[in-house]
Order: sequence, then structure tokens, then C-alpha cells
Amino acid sequence: MTADVATRPPELSTDTEAARLADLAAEVLDRCRAGGATEAEVGLSIDQGLEVNVRMGEVETISHTRDRGLSVTVYVGRRKGSASTADLAPASIAATVGHALAIARHTGEDPAAGLADPGRFPTEFPDLDLDHPWSVTAEAAIDLALAAEDAGRAVDRRIANSDGAGVSTGRSVSVLANSAGFLGVERGTRHSISCSLIAAGDAGMQRDYWYSAARAATDLEDPEAIGRRAAERALARLGARKLGTRECPVLYVPEVARSLIGHLVGAVSGGALYRKASFLLDHAGRTIFPTWFSIREEPHLRRGQGSSVFDADGVATVASDLVRDGVLVRYVLGTYSARRLGLASTGNAGGIHNLVVEPGNRDFAGLLAEMGTGLVVTELMGQGVNPVTGDYSRGAAGFWVERGEIVHPVEEVTIAGNLREMFAGIAAVGSDVDRRGSILTGSILVGRMTVAGS
Amino acid sequence: MTDALVLAESRLLGSAGLTLSDLDRVFARLMGPGVDAADLYFQSRRSEGWMLEDGLVKEGSHAIEQGVGIRAISGEKTGFAYCDDFALPELLEASAMARAIARSGAEVGPQALARRGASALYAPVDPIETLSPEAKVDLLREVDAYARSLDPRVQQVIVSIAASLDTVLVAASDGVLAGDVRPLVRFNVQVIAESGGRRESGSAGGGGRYDAARLVRDGLPFAFAREAVRMALVNLEAVDAPAGAMTVVLGPGWPGVLLHEAVGHGLEGDFNRKGQSAYSGRIGERVAAKGVTVVDDGTIPERRGSLSIDDEGTPTRRNVLIEDGILVGYLQDRLNARLMGVAPTGNGRRESFAQLPMPRMTNTLMEAGDRDPAEIIASVKRGLYAVNFGGGQVDITSGRFVFSASEAYLIEDGRIGPPVKGATLIGNGPEAMTKITMIGNDLRLDAGVGVCGKDGQSVPVGVGQPTLRLDDMTVGGTRAG
Repeated sequence: MTADVATRPPELSTDTEAARLADLAAEVLDRCRAGGATEAEVGLSIDQGLEVNVRMGEVETISHTRDRGLSVTVYVGRRKGSASTADLAPASIAATVGHALAIARHTGEDPAAGLADPGRFPTEFPDLDLDHPWSVTAEAAIDLALAAEDAGRAVDRRIANSDGAGVSTGRSVSVLANSAGFLGVERGTRHSISCSLIAAGDAGMQRDYWYSAARAATDLEDPEAIGRRAAERALARLGARKLGTRECPVLYVPEVARSLIGHLVGAVSGGALYRKASFLLDHAGRTIFPTWFSIREEPHLRRGQGSSVFDADGVATVASDLVRDGVLVRYVLGTYSARRLGLASTGNAGGIHNLVVEPGNRDFAGLLAEMGTGLVVTELMGQGVNPVTGDYSRGAAGFWVERGEIVHPVEEVTIAGNLREMFAGIAAVGSDVDRRGSILTGSILVGRMTVAGS
Repeated sequence: MTDALVLAESRLLGSAGLTLSDLDRVFARLMGPGVDAADLYFQSRRSEGWMLEDGLVKEGSHAIEQGVGIRAISGEKTGFAYCDDFALPELLEASAMARAIARSGAEVGPQALARRGASALYAPVDPIETLSPEAKVDLLREVDAYARSLDPRVQQVIVSIAASLDTVLVAASDGVLAGDVRPLVRFNVQVIAESGGRRESGSAGGGGRYDAARLVRDGLPFAFAREAVRMALVNLEAVDAPAGAMTVVLGPGWPGVLLHEAVGHGLEGDFNRKGQSAYSGRIGERVAAKGVTVVDDGTIPERRGSLSIDDEGTPTRRNVLIEDGILVGYLQDRLNARLMGVAPTGNGRRESFAQLPMPRMTNTLMEAGDRDPAEIIASVKRGLYAVNFGGGQVDITSGRFVFSASEAYLIEDGRIGPPVKGATLIGNGPEAMTKITMIGNDLRLDAGVGVCGKDGQSVPVGVGQPTLRLDDMTVGGTRAG
């Protein structure tokens, strides 16, 4: 292929767009006020990107993406209405504001409704180093994807098939503004390289993948390393078998350990708490993890996947403990849920911004040795987690380990327990931290769970 | 020609001042050396939702999305771009980006567009307009009060109603011009009940491709409230679920999510063209027990998973996938059908104009057998009777699948015993289907709640099945032995 202007859309000029979106936000807020809103909030965003996929050495898809969006929330007194549109033409914006106002005529008076306290808006906007445009052409992106897949397929003859390799890059600019005077602008980029390969053995096929994701393309892993890792992971699964039903320790590798912390976040989030739909009601200040275990929120990590100066309400984010020495220090609250609970917002409207589980000093091999005999889980399937009771039962695949050594791959088993007991029973956290998401953790060893199999 | 096509043309082309000759210009830009086929997908979607909790209608939202997805295909390669503006210059620019997938090769000229009709499976009504905001808000309040009145242990009630109207128009380089107007409503009730310090939740919901007024007329919201409360109360009594391999009896209806995971995904044409599925290359082979017939039927009127045409303009069909245990067919979109040398099956679906279509399920179900459900339960000495499920997931390459029971009971000596806590069931698709030993005469479709995710795209689907006995499934409880 040759380079062509048509394969590369004009670059997103984030400075120009940010200024344009900020002006538009101000106009929309004026329109809301004119329509009778006592308070209003508007979010505007533009995302642009390129995604290529290759498979078996050939290009499969080249997709150009460009999304725009406007969301408006209005309050008429304590009644709330929301509306959104993907079309930023003036008539659509006017109609969207009209819809939000119309809805606010019908919703109920909610004493907790309304904008955040202006005293909580950030006064400084430090550069978090999140915006690193990658001016990769479709052709160059294809070459990177091919390099990943080729390297993976070359690892072993048993890599018989491929689910493809992909490269994606995206840049976004967004503005959040409200009638209490807040205006926040965010610019950021996200790039990734991924590869998914299929190994064929006597007893069938196994697929696995690997990926790298970063804010700056220079922080991505080499495509060849990603392809080889995907191949090694798929090969390692060949010959997987079930286990007999038993109780044993379970070691979650970092990619899946993240989900355990995700369940914690769900259970201590304001929405679950005020609805009394959490197994951790009234647990702030109580010990729910071993006393050596801590989790800290670090919203201002440079180049962090979840980094942000303000939350979805415009409230300033701050670095703070979530769990310290095993004690749940606080909840995860936005303005609304905080009011419902009679507490202050923790700057978590819209979720958490980089949770860092304090790493231990042993690497993965060290954790295997510590576990001795048990199940390493590398993949989880299904959503069998009950947030109200903490009951946990999910499909799993991984490896059976004896005396600290991997004995054979395992599939088609479930692991079950109750999250309250699983959290209290965490025996170790590894130093092998996965930095690809907004929950940063090493492997997590859970002391005892029920493994169901044949 | 159908009403839906006339409406789609007028809403999507007419309102933007576009004519069919403008589309010809777009195809002239889109087709060229090496491009075998191309299509345009015009879409406009409007959706609205209302939510009540704590007895208060707290949230309402309204959303508009619209745009045109433009695809150029060259052999197995696809170039894709989209724009959220229906103006001709934008369409031409996006077309140039999509067609850059190919530089050389044979030139295929676009065929003149010709309108294709399809039998309408639902009325082109706007479900948002058929019930006033006042009526919706009142309905949510009434259902909330009703749910609370059913049992003093009910502590929290969350009620929601969502409605959307999707208008789509497909224009393809082979001359297909087809349109559809797709209403969809869904009502949901979730309750949390508390007793003796223990809290449990229950939820129920459903809907279909009809207007919101019909949902009310049929009394469904109150039925969902009763069901949600019943489930929460059952769960308050639940004991730990057993762990290990055992006989499982699945109830009728929504437990058909088994078929969706264990069979349906593995039979999607893309995975099979690429040889990635545990079912690849197995047409004509026995993949399920005798008596097992599984179909994917997009033509059931007004069902959540039904479509008059798929998102490539192909009329949907009733596709037999497994007939009396023998694998007979895959689910195809146009690209994979062409590359596999078979006909498209009306299963090309996409979440929106901003994503590419793929082979997807519609309503996937197993045909009824001849056993009395009571007889099936009575045949099991010790096992699990699972009647309600949350979601599921499958790895189509290894065939491993899970689905999570949200309401289940022990079976003891042929009788339904105490309820057990939710547990994940795990199996291998092709293996599990051979372990079906009894099929009930009570085929039922689900209430209209399914959402299927694939490659990050969500589409509404349906499932259905009669009561089934599966010997030897792994049940993921906590109680070993």
C-alpha cells in the first residue's frame, strides 16, 4: 500500500476544539437557564481514532472513528432531567436542552439533587501528561500489527490459527462545565497493540491473547514481544483438564486480580450503599482486609489510564487512602450519593481514578512458592458475583500448582466463596503490577476457595 | 415496498435533502479498483428512559444518535468510516477513507438501487410517544407501591422503563435498498428484601418490539413486580449451593441462555470461516443428543430479538442450526456467507452505524420434546433445578461456557428441595449438548430481556427452551462433597 491522504483524516486540533467546545458549553448553559433551569451541567466531547486489524498475515479491517457527543443535565429546583445527542448541530442542541427541561417537569423533588459544592471544584489544573498523539498512518499501524502476529505465529508450529492482531489509536478532547462556574477541559490519548492466537493440540484448540495499552505510543511494548507472549499463553493452555472438586488456595494473576478490587469498588460505591445493595454496608472504619493490605487512590498519576484532575461532577480529585492497614478508610462517593449518605463527596462521581494496591515484595514465582499447592487463575468467565451478599461463583481457567511448580493447565472449573471472606483471607500481593488499567495491582493470593470440577 | 422503507427513506434521506442519485455519487466514490462490495448504513435512534427508586422518579433521560456507516469490502478486507452528518460532502469524505482499503484489482460497478420489501414483524410505532411522560411516571409509582405492598420484607424497589425507536436504511452496491423502523420497549423491576439482617435481591423484566402502551395493557409491569419480589423472598431462604458435577434440570424460557452460549456463538459464520470455533468444519456431524433441535429465528413477531431485515438489508429467517442432534447450519452475514460460498442467513447485525456488522444471533431456541416437566424432575435422584439465570459467557475456541443461576433449588429424590444461592454452571458446548437426556414439552420464550455482547457491540436478543435434563454439569457452589 502507498500512503494516501485519504487513509489519514485531518488531525484533531485539540486546542482549537477545546476552545470551541468551551464556547459551545457556555452557550448551552445559557440556553438551559433561559429555559428555566436553576442549575445545569454540560459535557461535550470529540473522539477521533484509527483502528486496524490483521489476521493470518493479511489486513482484515481499517476503521476510522470520529465521535461527538453532548450531554446535558438540568435541575429545575430539585427536579432533574438529562438528555444527550451525538449531533452538535444547533437545532439538535436546542432540542436536547428542550428534552432535558421537559423531563425535569416530571421527575420528583429530590432533596439530594443538584450540582456539587463550588468549594470543591479544582483551583489548579496540573498537566497529567495524558495527551500524546500518535501520528501513525494506517499503513504503519498495519505493519506493527503484522509484526506482532508474525512473531507470535513463528513461536511454535502448534500456533495453527490466529484471531488476529490489532493496533488502535485515539485522541479525545472533552469539556465539562456547569452553571456554578466550573469549566474543566481534558485532552488525552489512548493507544494499544493486541494479538490473539490459537494453539491446536490433540485435545482441541486454545486461544489466548496479550496486549499493551498506554497514553504514549513510546510506552507500548514491542509488537513482537506482544505476539510472542500471546503465543506462549495459548500454548501453555494446551492439554488443559478439569480438576476434582476441592478447597484450595487460589492465586489470581494481575489481569484477573484487578476484578477482585473492582468488586470492592462496587461494594463501597455510594450508589450501592444508599440503595443498601452492598455486602459492605456500614463498613467504613472496619477491618476488611489483612492488616498489611492497603489500597491508595492516585488520581494524578502522570500518564495514568484513569488519571483526572476532576470527577464527573467537577469535584477536584485528591490522592487518598481507600484501605489502610486492612481498614476500609472511606467510601467511593460522588456528590449525589454522598448527600444521600450524609457524607462528603470523595471526588469519585463516575468512578475511581487509579487505584494502586500496595505491592508486596515477592514476584510471581515467589507467590507460587508461597502458595505451594493450589490453583493459579489466569481467566475468569461469567458474572457470578452477587453485590448484595458478596456471594462469588465464577468460571475459571489457569494452572494447577504443586510444591510451587506448575503441574498442568486447568479449564472448565468454577471458583466460589464469599467476597467478605476472600478479602479477609488474602495471603499475599505480588510485585508483578499490571499497569494497563486504572486498577494497578500485582497477583493476589486468596487463602482458600471452593474449586468445583469433575 | 413496505411502510418501514418509505418511512426510513423519508426520515433519513428526505430530511437531509439526499436523493437516490446522491447515493449513486457516493457509490461512485466508494467503488473502484479492488473493491468488491460496499454499503451505506443510515441510522437514527432516539431513546428515552425513566427510573424510580426510594419511591421517587429520580432520573429521566433522552438520547439522539444518528449517522452513516460506510463500508468498502475487498476480498476479506474491510475499510470502514462513518460520519454523524448526513450531508453529501461528509459522505463523500468518509467514502474516500473507507475505499482506501484497496488500490488495485478488478472494478465492480455499483448496481442501480432497487427498493426491497420485507414482511414487517412489528408496527413502525414510536414507543416513546405512545405513553405520555405523566403516564410513565405514574406507572413507575404504581408499580413501586404495588411491589412494596406485596411483602413487608421489601426494603428497596427500583423500577425503570426504557423505550427506543431505531430507523435504519441500508443501501448496498449490489442494488439493495432496504429500510426498517424498529421499536423496542423494556420494563424492569429490582427489589431488595431484608429479613433477620440478611438482604437479598430479585429482579424481573421484559418487553419487546411494540409500544409502551401495549406493555401496560398486558399488565406486564405488575407481573414483573410480583416476580421480582418472589425471587428476592426465595433467595432469603437460600442455602449454600453444592459444588461439583451433578445432574442439572433447567427450567423453560430464559435458561435458554444455555443455547446462546453453548451453541449459538460457536455457530456464527465469522468464527467458522476462520476455523476458530469448536464447531468449525463439523456440518453434518452429531453435535448434540438425538431429539435436540436448535433454531435461530429472527421472524417471531414483536420479539426483542426479531428483525424484519438484518442490518445488511437481508430479510431474517428461521435458521435451523442443529436438527435432531446433527449440525446443519451456521449464522451468516453477507461477508462471511460470500467467503464461505453460502447464502446469507439474515444474521448480519451491528450495534450502530459506528460499528461493523457481524454474524449475530436473533432469537435462539430449542424445540419442544415430549416429556412432562414434572416427570423430568422426578427422574433425578440428586441434582440441581435451575429456573432463572443472570448472564453467560463462552470461549468459542475451546467451547467452554458458563452461565450463572440466580434462582435454583436442590433436587432430592425426585422432589424439588430447598433453594440454593446463585452459582455458576460451567461446561463445554459440544460436550454439554450430548448430555441432554430429557426434553420437556413446555417450550417457552424468555420475557424479552436479553442483551448479547460480541467484540464490544451489544444487540438485543431472545432465547427460549423447554425444561431440559443435562447429566453431568459442573455446578460452582461452595459446598463440596
